[in-house]
Amino acid sequence: MIVIAVLVAISVVLVYRRDGIVGVTEILIGDLALFGGILPRVLAGCLLGAFIAEILPHEKVSRSLGPQSGLKGLLIGTAFGAILPGGPFTAYPVASALLAVGADFGATIAMVVSWTLIGYGRAVAWEVPIMGTDFTLWRIVISLPLPVLAGALGRFVYVRIYPKGAPP
Amino acid sequence: MSAALIIDIILWSSVAAVGFIALQRGRLVLTNSVREGAMDFINIVPRIALGVVGSGYIAAVIPQEIITGWLGPNSGWFGVLTAVIAGAATPGGPVVGFSIGAVALKAGGGAPQVIAYVVAWALFAFQRLLLWEIPFMPARFVWFRAAVSLPFPFLAAAIAMAIGRP
Repeated sequence: MIVIAVLVAISVVLVYRRDGIVGVTEILIGDLALFGGILPRVLAGCLLGAFIAEILPHEKVSRSLGPQSGLKGLLIGTAFGAILPGGPFTAYPVASALLAVGADFGATIAMVVSWTLIGYGRAVAWEVPIMGTDFTLWRIVISLPLPVLAGALGRFVYVRIYPKGAPP
Repeated sequence: MSAALIIDIILWSSVAAVGFIALQRGRLVLTNSVREGAMDFINIVPRIALGVVGSGYIAAVIPQEIITGWLGPNSGWFGVLTAVIAGAATPGGPVVGFSIGAVALKAGGGAPQVIAYVVAWALFAFQRLLLWEIPFMPARFVWFRAAVSLPFPFLAAAIAMAIGRP
């Protein structure tokens, strides 16, 4: 938080020195509009995360997404990340909820990486219009194996760093 | 109908669906999770306010030409490496990241390098890590995930080189 605040403060000063007060207010107005647009989605993401944490049965989650869930757990995490609607405001609260109810780092990594690389939300809203359909589709095809590999690597490293399980 | 609207509809339908399931478990389950979600929301809003309002300024002072210059055409594995660093260093939201990728493609950047750039940006753009992931997730998980994600932009570039696409 402090790092970001300092970065922002420095940037504001730089923008002010370059573009004057007009540049500063222009960016402020644009960003405030963006912020206002994002807020309802943040609320939706927080509610989604809270509901999921509440209704998912813990022992079932730790069985299908826990440390012993094998390739199947990584595939479930990947599929879940790919179909999850919304942006970071949904993905991270939900991932956090999964961790809380018994998913391991591996499956959660698979989910987060899958959301960011093969989730349709960002691809449809931003990547296709800006990068073009051809690039986007090939980029997604190339990315398909990555979430499972990242999750597997995560598990592999995790049990070596924390052989006795997660520290408190 | 715009893509953003469709995504909003899917998002809120999902909230309604899981909310309905929670209600069926009992009124207490519903009110508890609504309270939890609302508290998360209240805690997160100041951080997002700082990040979203601040990111415009950060993006404004990092000139895009510098990043596209790094991606250079036909730059091979060195280009991939610089693309990965550029992806991690790119501030701002998806518009900034993809626009830089598009400019790099148009400026003659190699497809594997641009793939590496987009994948690296998606996996560990520092601003998204700090602004979105750390506030919502345990910090230990975030660093761990970013660390194990490191090889994958390179792998994606290697696959793109191998299949000769896009």
